[in-house]
Amino acid sequence: MSNTPQKKPLLEVVDLKQHFPIESGFIIKRKIGAVRAVDGISFTVNEGETLGIVGESGCGKSTTVRSISQLYKPTSGSVIFDGVDLVNAPREQMLDARKNIQMIFQDPYASLDPRMTVRTIIAEPLDIYRKRGMLDASVTPASIEKRVEELMERVGLNKAFKNRYPHEFSGGQRQRIGIARALALNPKIILADEPVSALDVSIQSQILNLLHDLQKELGLTYLFIAHDLAVIEYISTRVAVMYLGKIMELSRSGDLYKNPLHPYTKALLSAAPIPDPEIERKRQRIILTGDVPSPNKERVGCYFYDRCPSRMEKCKVTIPPMKRIDENHEVACWLYE
Amino acid sequence: MTNQASQESYDTLLEVKNLQTYFKTDAGIVKAVDGISFNLKKGETLGIVGESGSGKSVTNLSIMRLIPSPPGKIVGGEVLFEGKDILKLSESALRHIRGNEISMIFQDPMTSLNPFLKISTQMIETIRLHQDISKKEALQKSIDMLKLVGIPAAEERIHNYPHQFSGGMRQRVMIAMALSCEAKILIADEPTTALDVTIQAQILELIQELAKKLETAVILITHDLGVVAGMCDTVCVMYAGKIVEKAKTNDLYKRPSHPYTFGLIQSVPRLDKAHNGKLYSIEGQPPNVIDLPPCCPFHPRCNKVMDICRTQYPPTTDLGDGHEVACWLFNDQKEQSHE
Repeated sequence: MSNTPQKKPLLEVVDLKQHFPIESGFIIKRKIGAVRAVDGISFTVNEGETLGIVGESGCGKSTTVRSISQLYKPTSGSVIFDGVDLVNAPREQMLDARKNIQMIFQDPYASLDPRMTVRTIIAEPLDIYRKRGMLDASVTPASIEKRVEELMERVGLNKAFKNRYPHEFSGGQRQRIGIARALALNPKIILADEPVSALDVSIQSQILNLLHDLQKELGLTYLFIAHDLAVIEYISTRVAVMYLGKIMELSRSGDLYKNPLHPYTKALLSAAPIPDPEIERKRQRIILTGDVPSPNKERVGCYFYDRCPSRMEKCKVTIPPMKRIDENHEVACWLYE
Repeated sequence: MTNQASQESYDTLLEVKNLQTYFKTDAGIVKAVDGISFNLKKGETLGIVGESGSGKSVTNLSIMRLIPSPPGKIVGGEVLFEGKDILKLSESALRHIRGNEISMIFQDPMTSLNPFLKISTQMIETIRLHQDISKKEALQKSIDMLKLVGIPAAEERIHNYPHQFSGGMRQRVMIAMALSCEAKILIADEPTTALDVTIQAQILELIQELAKKLETAVILITHDLGVVAGMCDTVCVMYAGKIVEKAKTNDLYKRPSHPYTFGLIQSVPRLDKAHNGKLYSIEGQPPNVIDLPPCCPFHPRCNKVMDICRTQYPPTTDLGDGHEVACWLFNDQKEQSHE
């Protein structure tokens, strides 16, 4: 456990909050509340590792990555990438740093413009940054052309297809196009927002393997989001479990399965089906009652209080802080005080 | 022969024989379901697994005769429900079977309820369509069903609109509606795909419990091999409109025989196993189902492909104990011995 080399954090998120206002009124808008999509989370991502974020829909996983890439302006907190605070840096500096942060999206049907050819799609990030004058002078239209072909081959697409349109490709191939586009600027970190959940099982493993290979070859860092625990455990070095805009538990991925601490993590793990009938039928399930509560109100106690099977008086009134259990395992729960 | 058939009908609730459903498109004929057969016994839970486009949903829409025509058409085969062929029934007899005898839960709880109508209106309508009871009785019955599926404060909640329910709750309402007529067969088409894992566990537990209580036979369509492992007695694996393997659940996971089934089970990352390096993966893309040649549709992706696979579709081989597989790997011995 201790033989992992100490790597420096590439990305540091400090107390990030992303609230969306709820407004009322037709002409004069009044703010009547806020959806607390991300409500104060902190973590670091080290160079070369994969941090997985897992959680149910509405827990703020996607908002987290969008706030990191500054697609939303965070309400408060900071996102420090390679020494630059993206939230407070001047726009020029932020754009320059963001060249190294690229995204892969969930839906390969919605994330590619149907009226652009594959060539234009993959070259777009390069074209944009060339127009901004933030690329090397050596990048010319001819070299972009070459780069597109190179990228297509790298992700397993035939470069002869570069003048085709997205509708001519299957779901898995489209996701490859999305990956090629994310790689175009040679980023340091890739934020992957559920990149395999829309794909069929046999295609899912192809894409996971591709991402795995690319990481090894190019020394990429991933922030990987999924709701499927098995996928997250497979791809990640460390895993953060989110619930209602908060991180509940953060651990090395193997440890999380072997030794889950937070009651929510335990329930999540026991609910995830395992494709083996003998094991599956013998398992003890922790079935949570109720649904995820609304993220609109401000909370004073633990965010998981309403559904927690082992809640205590204390949990109702005080928010548990993140507590370090050992070197690689942190949990926010009063049970471990 | 007739004696045998009637005896069987006590045990076998639904018998699908060589069902073929084709769609005519501008690009050619899509054989969405191409000659599949299976039986469903009383109280049994049958899983149908396959990837998108493999024909799982079309199979079940065909059983209910809900295929939009044109472009779709059931071109051959029989669907025997308690000995009667559903495909030959009149529209009114069919309406009696739908909902009363066989009911369905659809994948998306957001789109299968009418957003303009209260839950009470929708449930009462469904019940009164099938049973001759008063509105008041139907309302009471609806409330009972909602309680059964675990909706708290059912008396008040029934007067809400669908948007006032969460995804999991909406799926519970769908299940309550599907079960309200005490159908003998429940077809659940990806009932939990749109839901989160913790809610999925609740819903699957509910279906299992209710099926046991009401002795309903269930056909569960899913792409999730983990769900199948926990829920089903028997599993059919579909690929490009055909059943490539059929077996008891334990047997299938222990002895996956078709290269596709094997690949499918191997390529899912598993929580309970340590991961080193790469996942197993089936190369290539899913087949284009338009105008499929008469060969094995899996052969371009198969790692055990032989010459014969490229020209002829393999016949089904029985491996014993109800384990059937359609692959030339298991057939050549027999053929040689015949020669």
